[in-house]
Amino acid sequence: MDVLVCIKRVPAPGGKVLLSADGTSIDTRHLGFTIGPHEECAVEEAVRIVAEHGGSTTVLTAGPPEADEQLRYALSMGADHGVLVETGTRELDPQATATALTEAIRLLESESKPFDLVLFGNETADAGHYQVGVRVSRALGLPIVGGIKGIEIGTGRVSLQRDVADGVEVYDAPLPAAAAVKEGLNLPRYPSIKGRLRAKKSPVRTIRPEPSPGGLRTVRLRRPPEKEHETVVLGYGAEAAGAVVDVLAEKGLV
Amino acid sequence: MNTLPDRADVVVIGAGIVGNSLAHHLAQFGWRDIVLLDKGPLPDPGGSTGHASNFVFPVDHSKEITALTVDSMQQYEKLGTLTAPGGLELARNESRVEELKRRMASAKAWGIHAELLSPSAVAELVPYIDPSVIRLGFWTPSAAVVDPLQSGVLMREQAIALGALTVSANTAVLGIDTERGRVTKVRTDRGDIETPTVVVASGVWSPRIAAMAGARIPLTPAVHQMIDVGPIPELAETHTEVSFPLVRDMDALMYERQSGADLEIGSYAHRPILHDTEDIPSIEAAQLSPTQLPFTDDDFDPQMEDALELFPGILNAPGAGVRHAINGLLSVTPDGSPVLGETPEVAGLWSAAAVWIKEGPGVGRVLAEWMTHGTTEIDVHGADISRFYPHQRTAKHVRARAMEGYNKIYGIVHPSEQWESNRNQRLSPFHPREEALGARFFEVGGWERPHWYESNRHLLEEFAEHIDDRPHEWDARWWSPIIDAEHLAMRNRVAAIDLSAFAHFDVRGPGALDYVQRMAMAQVDKPVGKVIYTPVLDYRGGFRSDLTIVRRGEQEFRVITGGADGARDRKWFGDHVPDDGSVVLTDVTSAVATLGLWGPRARDVLSALTEQDVSAAAFPFGSARELTVDGVPVLALKISYVGDLGWELHAPFEQGLHLWDALFDAGAEHGIVPAGIGVYGTTGRLEKGYRLMGAELQSEYNPVEADLALPKVKSADFIGKEAYLKAREQDAAARLCTLTVDSHTDSGGTRRYPQPHSPVLTTSGDRIVDNAGRGSFVTSAGSAPSLGAYLLMSYLPPEHAVEGGSLLVEYMGERYPVTVARVGRTPLFDPDDRRMKA
Repeated sequence: MDVLVCIKRVPAPGGKVLLSADGTSIDTRHLGFTIGPHEECAVEEAVRIVAEHGGSTTVLTAGPPEADEQLRYALSMGADHGVLVETGTRELDPQATATALTEAIRLLESESKPFDLVLFGNETADAGHYQVGVRVSRALGLPIVGGIKGIEIGTGRVSLQRDVADGVEVYDAPLPAAAAVKEGLNLPRYPSIKGRLRAKKSPVRTIRPEPSPGGLRTVRLRRPPEKEHETVVLGYGAEAAGAVVDVLAEKGLV
Repeated sequence: MNTLPDRADVVVIGAGIVGNSLAHHLAQFGWRDIVLLDKGPLPDPGGSTGHASNFVFPVDHSKEITALTVDSMQQYEKLGTLTAPGGLELARNESRVEELKRRMASAKAWGIHAELLSPSAVAELVPYIDPSVIRLGFWTPSAAVVDPLQSGVLMREQAIALGALTVSANTAVLGIDTERGRVTKVRTDRGDIETPTVVVASGVWSPRIAAMAGARIPLTPAVHQMIDVGPIPELAETHTEVSFPLVRDMDALMYERQSGADLEIGSYAHRPILHDTEDIPSIEAAQLSPTQLPFTDDDFDPQMEDALELFPGILNAPGAGVRHAINGLLSVTPDGSPVLGETPEVAGLWSAAAVWIKEGPGVGRVLAEWMTHGTTEIDVHGADISRFYPHQRTAKHVRARAMEGYNKIYGIVHPSEQWESNRNQRLSPFHPREEALGARFFEVGGWERPHWYESNRHLLEEFAEHIDDRPHEWDARWWSPIIDAEHLAMRNRVAAIDLSAFAHFDVRGPGALDYVQRMAMAQVDKPVGKVIYTPVLDYRGGFRSDLTIVRRGEQEFRVITGGADGARDRKWFGDHVPDDGSVVLTDVTSAVATLGLWGPRARDVLSALTEQDVSAAAFPFGSARELTVDGVPVLALKISYVGDLGWELHAPFEQGLHLWDALFDAGAEHGIVPAGIGVYGTTGRLEKGYRLMGAELQSEYNPVEADLALPKVKSADFIGKEAYLKAREQDAAARLCTLTVDSHTDSGGTRRYPQPHSPVLTTSGDRIVDNAGRGSFVTSAGSAPSLGAYLLMSYLPPEHAVEGGSLLVEYMGERYPVTVARVGRTPLFDPDDRRMKA
């Protein structure tokens, strides 16, 4: 089983996101970077599948040179190979991203053999276009299901599950196939010290494609309005007890 | 809630461990109307206190840092926020083994129990260590983990209970107003507070806050990396926050401590990563907190290998991973010490910055004492913000030294080690000549001072039978036998010594005499032309300084003090200038170049260059004259710190080079040599039993103990007089003695030379402690080539301050027999001072 996981370098959450002066990008001065939670689950799943069924895990990203850090994080979780498609520091739109990834996958497959399973995060943690997995799969002629929270490998086939309103949908697809997975698929591990040391020493392959323009152009980023936090003082000391009980009852907690 | 008062007696900015402790102790000392502000939320406002690793190792080579730490541990313990699993400092290589032995001596000198342990004994205490990686362990049973956030909560509660404190979190300081150099108001986003006193306890933000008032707090934020690895079953099984001893893997420049089921690993090994205070993210923009920045893996990876080597078992535990990793910000200063005290630029603006968790409560107490009584029980001159000269407060200097000093945090630092960055800032006019003579420059207060001259190497042959070389590299580091040769050439002939690092203040005006009388312990109301050596005491009667005052006129005095203490003395003297305009104090340091000329031929050299009478009768010892020396107007002082005939020659700075050339031309036939500070500060001084500020003279000792008390007490009032009078009436708890080392040979047959801070022990090896609780240790050490001895100075309690008595000194893990050669100040060399007065 050779599994490919596509990941993206995104700002780590936690702080207020500041915008650059021209409003077309975010100010990254104080930001750390990470991969989104969906993708972390995709890497974890790939590592588990390979541990059980043999083969290898390759992690692929399109982005700036610094995305090396995210590839190495995936390697420290247990992935075997890292491939960086260097597309520069500007944010790519989904179409351009998909093109870059597709070409890279074709190149990798031409050098050895097709991947049995290609995993994506359901959507990126920053842009959230929900497009790249579908576009790449379509270009490669692979079946894909999104929102996946369960994967079972059979003989030449894969069973994919996702939650729906009143139950679970189960898809059965022939391999090779693709899936866009969601957080909750598994509980990703923390990278071990040994894993990190191995990741540091692993080679990461870099591909520098001819850039292809996408169809979208960033005009301006705008911060959503701040959520208003309303604080209501229910009372002071013992006199507040009744009001607190009412609130808890209203929320069904007592 | 959060209603700010319009006015306060003091506003403390920053509710980390230091600000909380300070507010608490100010309340204890009787202050009321204290306001404590923080721009962040409580109890963790987001500064370094919130992410620190919170362990405390009490032993430091610095006496004052150890004292602050011990004081802090007592406070944490009293608050119930201290757990003491003990701590180990480990040596992987041979030089660290030596360093741990030196640490043992410091532990003994400062009175902290510690032991050296074999690798297997270390592994018994911490079973998950691989003992084959280490050579020696330094075990401090009292090493502890503390909770500074909870301590802060309790300290605030106590101050609030006294009705002394208003706390306002989420309050940003927008400005600090001053009038005529004095703090008047703090402006915040919740209103303004009128106040005469503001304390900046704002950690890494301190420079920014101080700048609002026009002052500089010299520190820079720097990154310290930390990771948490877990869960580890062996640690989880303890069901405690910390059961196993704390570990400092000194040669890997890192530490490891249990934190529940995790092992927390911190590093000081990575490249120095400095930040600008202005670039610290706001609370909103910070992903974790403003002082917990995104982790940079590449910097930490080499340390992981070291950690894995020492703790192979647990770090490879199945399922254990890196659960948390940050680049934590802490404050680094140009010399590694805290920055405490009132800023020299703005009256009423105090700094309480660059303090570790281990010193926080103690610093709060000491500062509160300082702000209340004007002086402190623990001598903290090494942390005094006024120790920095102006150029040392610039961003360029701070960055350069922080960059250089970062890896010294866990490094092995020789006591005489010189800084390499940002040198050549203050050069005497003699500098080109000194460079040409192969001077080895040591830095003091930014001045480059020759410590010895390679050009004098040929003298080693001449004085070969009186000079001992030092076979051990550590003893000989930052030292040369040439110092002893220069010393002997001076004693035999004559030497010139560059003393341009001296600080000089002119005091003039109708109130000048009263003012200098108030500052000095000695009688300064002497005839014009007299030179007066005097201790300067603090309010408790301890040493603040010792210096020379020249009476140049009825209303005119020149104060001359050492380069190391010039900036602190400048503030002390400036603070006490009367408000009525009757005294003008002018710092003329940059206008004066000083050359010392001493030795039996000194008069021959000087008289060849001046027509004025420089005979003993016309120019007696202890006097000052205006001379013309080869056309250079010179203020000549007939005094000596090295015990030989001669003068300090104070010349206009721009004519210094001419003076140098003239003296060396005239001196050639008398065999003049240049001599360095090795002679002036150590060999010559020790033979004469002269005391040195910062070494023998500390605020924790008084003039009676240092044997600097004068036969008569002047009638004029002076700072510290009451305490001085009291000390004169009491039996001294200790007396300053000079000791000789009887045998230098260690167990391996190598001659060793004990250095300052070595503990002095009884012949049975017991620590010596005086009635005031002060341990005996070596304050100064150096060779006395004219006596054929190696001398040590130390305060000893009366039962040991007996001439001829035998004691031991511990140095680098071995003990050397010493004899008390002198009790008190009478010099061992030329006890009647005949040479100086010849």
